[in-house]
Amino acid sequence: MSATTDLDEFRSEVRTWLEENLPETLRGRAWPSGSDLALWRQRMGDRGFACPTWPAEYGGGGLDAAHTRVLQQEMARVGAPPSVRGFGVSMLGPVLLEFANDAQKREHLPGIIYGRVNWCQGYSEPGAGSDLASLQTRAVREGDEYVINGQKIWTSGATEADWMFCLVRTDPRAPKHDGISFILFDLKSPGVEVRPIRLISGASSFCEVFFKDVHAKASNLIGVENAGWTIAKRLLQHERTMLSGGMGGGTAPGRAAAGRAAQRRNGFADMAKKYLGDADGRIADPVLRDQLAQLELDGLCYRLTTLRSAASAKAGQGPGHTASMFKLYASEMNKRRQELTMSVLGSQGLGWEGEAFDAFERGTTRQWLRSKGNSIEGGTSEVQLNVIAKRVLGLPD
Amino acid sequence: MALVLTEEQQLLQETVRDFVREKAPVKHLRQLRDTNDKVGFSRDLWKEMADLGWAGIILPEEHGGSGLGYAELGILLEECGRTLVPEPFLSTVVLGAELIQKGASEAQQKEILGGIAEGRTVLALAHQEQGRYSPYAVSTRAEAAGDGFQLSGKKTFVLDGHVADSLIVVARTSGAAGDRDGLTLFLVPAESAGVSITRTVMVDSRNSAVVELSNVAVSRDQVLGDVGAGADLLDPALDRATVALSAQLLGVLTEAFERTVEYLKTRIQFDVPIGSFQALKHRAAVMFCEVELSKSIVMDALAAIDEGRENASQLVSAAKARTSDTAGLVTREAVQMFGGIGMTDEEEIGFFLKRARAAELTLGDGSFHRDRFAQLNGY
Repeated sequence: MSATTDLDEFRSEVRTWLEENLPETLRGRAWPSGSDLALWRQRMGDRGFACPTWPAEYGGGGLDAAHTRVLQQEMARVGAPPSVRGFGVSMLGPVLLEFANDAQKREHLPGIIYGRVNWCQGYSEPGAGSDLASLQTRAVREGDEYVINGQKIWTSGATEADWMFCLVRTDPRAPKHDGISFILFDLKSPGVEVRPIRLISGASSFCEVFFKDVHAKASNLIGVENAGWTIAKRLLQHERTMLSGGMGGGTAPGRAAAGRAAQRRNGFADMAKKYLGDADGRIADPVLRDQLAQLELDGLCYRLTTLRSAASAKAGQGPGHTASMFKLYASEMNKRRQELTMSVLGSQGLGWEGEAFDAFERGTTRQWLRSKGNSIEGGTSEVQLNVIAKRVLGLPD
Repeated sequence: MALVLTEEQQLLQETVRDFVREKAPVKHLRQLRDTNDKVGFSRDLWKEMADLGWAGIILPEEHGGSGLGYAELGILLEECGRTLVPEPFLSTVVLGAELIQKGASEAQQKEILGGIAEGRTVLALAHQEQGRYSPYAVSTRAEAAGDGFQLSGKKTFVLDGHVADSLIVVARTSGAAGDRDGLTLFLVPAESAGVSITRTVMVDSRNSAVVELSNVAVSRDQVLGDVGAGADLLDPALDRATVALSAQLLGVLTEAFERTVEYLKTRIQFDVPIGSFQALKHRAAVMFCEVELSKSIVMDALAAIDEGRENASQLVSAAKARTSDTAGLVTREAVQMFGGIGMTDEEEIGFFLKRARAAELTLGDGSFHRDRFAQLNGY
């Protein structure tokens, strides 16, 4: 059977399956919820489509890149939302597949695939931001458990999360990169306290998480004790890829994403004409118009670069150091976009709350503030520049 | 979407790279400059390049060309950009070949295109009349006279003008400067009565001339395309020349960037390589991103021309804006990071700064092409 015939058959199989299994209420819903979502998760999980590239023996679809693309195209065609998203599927899952033992994979991957367990990331600490490896949260082995004490910060979604993947110090005497372990535990364990953080933009999903004598099973330590830094770094690569995808980039944006980008673009130009005036079809303010053109042009070049990177990467390669470039560029571009929106709106972009400003205007104010975090979270822009200088350009330390 | 090279294209890239590094390194341009060479490029080398099929790279085989596309032309020009090759690619291989192919009679095509492909014929587009690029700002008049026309006006920044066998003159048969309508293109032999060509010495040591036309008599046979509708012929050719120049600029900026990174690794101050300083590292990393983005947009714009995509003009403008701006950034940073040695004529990096600025201002800079990009996108 030729490869094309095989893909064609798979396409019609997927098409039929989606017709029979996608709950009507979820069609076109980007962020579904409710009982139909539970049904959709069950069906996608059972069929192996929730995490299509993961090995079938752990509940994935075992699909190669070409088949996965077909699946994504068919899902996009009928407006089928992904059944699972978040840290579990984009960050922890790939790392478990690479580093966890068989029992750990069997224990934790199904929870991700069926969307039963919400994961959060216990990485940053008050004293360990860009210098993540200086983290101090301590885990001491006692029998078949670790006892954890310390504090994490900037933990996204901890109030909603069930479990945490966490970096802990298991050897305080070793050089800082050599005493870290990667461990998983239940956030409902006694001794865990979660406090939401209020940001300059208002309420947020970020939290502080405190640990006081929290007991974690030693069998949930991934890889080897004190060798967690390698796992931690690999997970950060997956995080950068995820973050750059969420801000208009993505490693393999399909036609749907390109369409959304075009829509956003025209939306921005129309919005600018509304606020600044329309001079024979042009945005009336020539300086802001030029800034918009520069931003759109950079966005176009950026999207093409993600496509080129995906095209030149050999199948099966993990995200490489280009992830740093994409993370850097996407977050800086989003900041510029928010700044430009503020300039276009003028004083209408300064509203905090109340009826004098419409929802878009109030949203702009908050998003402008929130976007300042884009170049801080997931590794600051300066850290990304360090990575590019060292790993890509080979500049000396 | 052709964002990776095929095996054949990789082979072409290696062939061109090896050839220009051996036969036309930056030294070649320097020597032409220092000897005040009358031609401004090497006729012998040009013949060799033509024999390799480069002069007729986009021409069909019936005219002695290689019948390749813009993707391949882009690879060729990118490599030529890396060593600042001054041979007449833009004027003749792109603009000349395109305008003659699309606008000339069959007999003219037969005569001229073969000459281009063989490296014998050089053409020049006499178009621009003011410092800043503005394609419809043409005041040169073409007045009806007898069966033909008389051309009068002054053209500036005519690339390869003083060595061209024929000029393609953009003149106005009706309307006023700034109008898209009313332009007409004429094929004018350089020896024609009333044509006066003065070579201008440019900062990038490449060929350019001022052309004065004083009652130059031309016949109807010398009209390319249709009278008054020259822009229909000119616009697509300018798009093609613009993407070709962007590819050349990509070569210029990539080479300047790589030389700079290499210098950062080898130049020792305070007992360490200066590339270990974070102030320089971060600027190098920023440049790396810009270089990568430039490469992507150039490849896609070239492919868009080959595929005849509807939005090709937008991509071409994006490519020229991006490569112009990135080449400016990289070459300015290069001279700064090379320090004092970068200010000397002996060090080659200065040639890249000069070429980048000249190429930026040729066929529209970043500001011009962002304006065009915005217009084409409906804002």
